[in-house]
Amino acid sequence: MNHLPCDHMISIYQVNKNFGKLHALSGVSLELKGGKSYALIGPNGSGKTTLIKSILGMVVPTSGEIIFDGKSIRNDWKYREKIGYMPQIGRYPDNMRIGQLIDMMQNIRTADIPMDEELIDAFKLYKIYDKRMHAMSGGTRQKVSAALAFLFKPPVLILDEPTAGLDPVSVEVLKEKIIREKQAGKLLLISSHILSDLDELSTEVVYIFEGKVQYNNSIESLKEETGEKRLGKAIACMINQKELLASVSE
Amino acid sequence: MTRVIKYVFYDILRTRFILLYTIFLFVSTMAMYQLDSDSGKVVLSLVNIVLMVVPLVSIVFTTIHFFNSYEFIELMLAQPINRSVIFLSEYVAVAFSLCFAYIAGVGIPIAMYGFNPGGITLLFTGTMLTMVFVSLAFFSSVLTRDKAKAIGIALLFWFYFSLIYDGLLLWVVYTFSEYPLEKVTVGLVALNPVDLARIMMLLTLDISALMGYTGAFYKDFFGSYVGMTFSVTILFLWILLPLLGSLRIFSKKDL
Repeated sequence: MNHLPCDHMISIYQVNKNFGKLHALSGVSLELKGGKSYALIGPNGSGKTTLIKSILGMVVPTSGEIIFDGKSIRNDWKYREKIGYMPQIGRYPDNMRIGQLIDMMQNIRTADIPMDEELIDAFKLYKIYDKRMHAMSGGTRQKVSAALAFLFKPPVLILDEPTAGLDPVSVEVLKEKIIREKQAGKLLLISSHILSDLDELSTEVVYIFEGKVQYNNSIESLKEETGEKRLGKAIACMINQKELLASVSE
Repeated sequence: MTRVIKYVFYDILRTRFILLYTIFLFVSTMAMYQLDSDSGKVVLSLVNIVLMVVPLVSIVFTTIHFFNSYEFIELMLAQPINRSVIFLSEYVAVAFSLCFAYIAGVGIPIAMYGFNPGGITLLFTGTMLTMVFVSLAFFSSVLTRDKAKAIGIALLFWFYFSLIYDGLLLWVVYTFSEYPLEKVTVGLVALNPVDLARIMMLLTLDISALMGYTGAFYKDFFGSYVGMTFSVTILFLWILLPLLGSLRIFSKKDL
């Protein structure tokens, strides 16, 4: 665990994933480097979550290879101790209390380093430690997911729609936390539909459409290419250009 | 692995189902002993309960438990834990709880009224059957994502092995009754763990004479050292093969 955060790297080579007839990912190749923050965007059902779950090994790609720090993740599991994952919909054992859940995670990960309990404090989760998971609102679940993702100080953070369902105060708390982690040089992969958030949180854009990577470059150069100042407008402009090109080539 | 097992255990104990199951087995075994003073006859009555109820409870409980702990499995998968460790922990915890319930529920009354060979075989075969059906339940659980479908498949396994298979076997024996079928039926019996357990029980209780010439043949085969080793090995295969099959499917499954 003594690696410098910026050492970490995820390489994705020609990953395909089919769910029956549906091609969730087709020929996705990406390089994710430490110290950078990637915004993963694309319409609903474009394969963002599938890509994230493939990196975590929860979805097994039909073909292609994912390399984490020079080692293929196929049949490997050790690499996951370097990843903090915040799922889109956090699903937890119903009859567990929040406190028990956090204890259990600590127990199972057995990290020697002190925990990062900043978010637990900021979200005041310790006040509802004995509340059961099934009695919790979607937003509280999101807070628990966020707290768990940051708890073990992982050098790589994968956040799947982190701000969805959170109240405005909590959104700010979480965003500040993400920015601090970004400045600490961690590798971040954030998927979201709220582009104004991503403008602050990330430095690179990965745009996925129908399972293919359509655009992969830094936010700066995207803004330059399109001549827009805001990420939202720049993306819209880029999509329009792509559609125009596609219609011409047809 | 022990840490994961601990949490699965914790989850199982909280539902109290295992406790109810233990009490049910205990009460019915005690009732049998109250009704009859001959321990041989008691064990014979218990055989019928064990061969029907134990597989049914094991397979249904395991399937429901697997789907109820889907969230837990999902959560563990994002952690630095091997998939097979997660899966085997689930298996060990469920199988151990059900076996413990069985041994406590049936074993305590047997111990109270005195052990006999029949009672010990009953405990052994019941435990083996529990593990076989837990394996089959895991197999049906990994085949599909749908809870209702998985319970359906699980129940189908139970119907097949407890009821349908016997009918088929009877049909085969009846249709080909003009041929020497002893060796074939031994082979066919090995394809059904419930039948295997039943024959082991009937032979220990020494009522094989009731089964005529076939019974004599079974006694000759299963009663011998080789036959006993054969049936225990086959039962172990019935535990291992579905378990390994489901482990293989689970390690490639998308969650």
